[in-house]
Amino acid sequence: MNSLILRTASRFLLILLFQFSIFLLLRGHNDPGGGFVGGLVLAAALTLYAIAYDVRSMRRFLPCRAQTIIAWGLLAAAVSGIFSMFKGQPFMTGQWGHFDFLGLDLHLGTPLLFDIGVYLTVVGVVLIVIISLAEEVEDD
Amino acid sequence: MNSLIVLPILLPLLVGAACVLAWRYVAAQRILTLAGSIGYLAVSVVLLERVASEGIQAVQKGDWIAPFGITLVADMFSAVMVATTGVVTLVIVVYSLGSMDRPREAWGYYPLFNILIMGVSGAFLTGDIFNLFVWFEVLLISSFVLLALGGERAQLEGAIKYVTLNLVASAFFLAAVGILYAMAGSLNMADLSQRLGSAADPGLVTTLAVLFLVAFGIKGAIFPLFFWLPASYHTPPVAVSAIFGGLLTKVGVYALIRVFTLLFLNNVDYTHTIILWVGAITMVTGVLGAVAQYEFRRLLSFHIVSQIGYMIMGLGFFTPLAMAGTVFFIVHNIFVKTNLFLVSGVSHRIHGTYDLKKLGGLYRAHPWVGMLFLLSALSLAGVPPLSGFFGKLALVKAGLNIEQFVVVAAALGVSLLTLFSMTKIWAEAFWKPLPEGTETHAPGAGIGLMLGGIVTLAVLAVVMGVAAGPLFVLAQQAGEQLMNPAPYIEAVLRVRGAS
Repeated sequence: MNSLILRTASRFLLILLFQFSIFLLLRGHNDPGGGFVGGLVLAAALTLYAIAYDVRSMRRFLPCRAQTIIAWGLLAAAVSGIFSMFKGQPFMTGQWGHFDFLGLDLHLGTPLLFDIGVYLTVVGVVLIVIISLAEEVEDD
Repeated sequence: MNSLIVLPILLPLLVGAACVLAWRYVAAQRILTLAGSIGYLAVSVVLLERVASEGIQAVQKGDWIAPFGITLVADMFSAVMVATTGVVTLVIVVYSLGSMDRPREAWGYYPLFNILIMGVSGAFLTGDIFNLFVWFEVLLISSFVLLALGGERAQLEGAIKYVTLNLVASAFFLAAVGILYAMAGSLNMADLSQRLGSAADPGLVTTLAVLFLVAFGIKGAIFPLFFWLPASYHTPPVAVSAIFGGLLTKVGVYALIRVFTLLFLNNVDYTHTIILWVGAITMVTGVLGAVAQYEFRRLLSFHIVSQIGYMIMGLGFFTPLAMAGTVFFIVHNIFVKTNLFLVSGVSHRIHGTYDLKKLGGLYRAHPWVGMLFLLSALSLAGVPPLSGFFGKLALVKAGLNIEQFVVVAAALGVSLLTLFSMTKIWAEAFWKPLPEGTETHAPGAGIGLMLGGIVTLAVLAVVMGVAAGPLFVLAQQAGEQLMNPAPYIEAVLRVRGAS
């Protein structure tokens, strides 16, 4: 689509929506949000960018192929459940720890890793659908 | 803590994800999948041994206690099914290494295959009815893609029928689970079993039972809901046909047996009589449908339907002996049916067709392939001393014990017709001279791997017949656990996690 307004807006929106998706991902543990919506928001932002420009320019933002993003997401989710098995607890039992980060006390655990896995998987799946459909159209 | 039960689900997931990471490196995917399936087999055998020696195993995912969390349970039936899956998976992987074409391998055959196996194991091991639905979806979605992968015209036509009917079944299943939850307020099957026993409205429970019967009936291909199966199973590559025909329909049967031995016991006279007669009609229609077929794999597909009838019939008899016979029969059928499909792949490799009229002379050219086919075919028909004989013997004996003479007579008649059908394949593909105009190819690379898989399953068909005694003991344990759900319920509700 050739619209100056959309192109300019989508560049700002992409950054804003990316931040918002991370916010949703982190907020998800105790409040509405989580990896699934977070992933959808980021995928929607990238899709908007692809509509404003084209798929090839959107792909520059991806560090790797969409399949690879899905695979890392699945692995992260699966591995988050394995930690507890080393401690003799059932699969997927939450493991928590406190980390000192620049003077902040961070309370982190495996459910966050699981959510990151969901986030990556959702981003990857949506992008793979969009990319396949869009490239079919652009090829014609 | 008992992490063993998780491994049959976790292992294929990790291998599948690793295969996606290695998307461009097909050789790496092959090695990963082969290693994964060997590991899966090892884990499943250890699990079977554990269940046999220590009784029913259960674990609460995330340490959320039952009935609130999701429980994974391995009773004897589950463990036997998982171990059978392990054997068949390894055989199909080896066969795929020798037979799968390059484009399909490059477009994700191995990741999909692993996710499919994850779905199957999940369905066998879960103790939660909604989780069962989720695993069904996992295996269905990967099977949709496996069925359509390659995009040949016939494949897409078959896939549309398969997808549509299975989505309808999923809708029934989901609706039934929803009503069940509204009525009983629980999704944990052990907990449900207790609650449904004292349900306020027994009529509604029976209605639900029939709803589940329809949902799993479509997925398991029972009469009159089976027509999607022969319309789709002959279209994908043989390795995929074999895993579908051997394993996937049995997941539907597994689910049917699970809910009708654990949940719906309020009105056994009514529900299990329906199941019994549906089973009998399924057997007869399946085998009659096969008579008219001249496509190797379509013929086998109709036999799948017919054999499903035997399993449903065993559930309909509903005695410990019948359940033991059913478990034995399912395992036998998975091995033998998979193998028949695999043999059809070899004949396709040599003559480039599945049409029985165009095939011929295989026995003269390749006597060993002929013998391998014959072993599986006779076992399917139930000729002693092969595996099929003992499964059918137990089922027939169980039927005679409770004086269901008509159904037993039908089962025996169907056996005879099965033998007739198998003789037809033998006469057409193996015995008669090769018709003019049919091309013959050199078997080519990979035939050794294909035959290796076939030999393994043929040997198992013989072993299951010769060593039927000790194996039937396991089936009897499974049968007794199915008929008496109390230990299952106790195993699930007792588990309190690590704390």
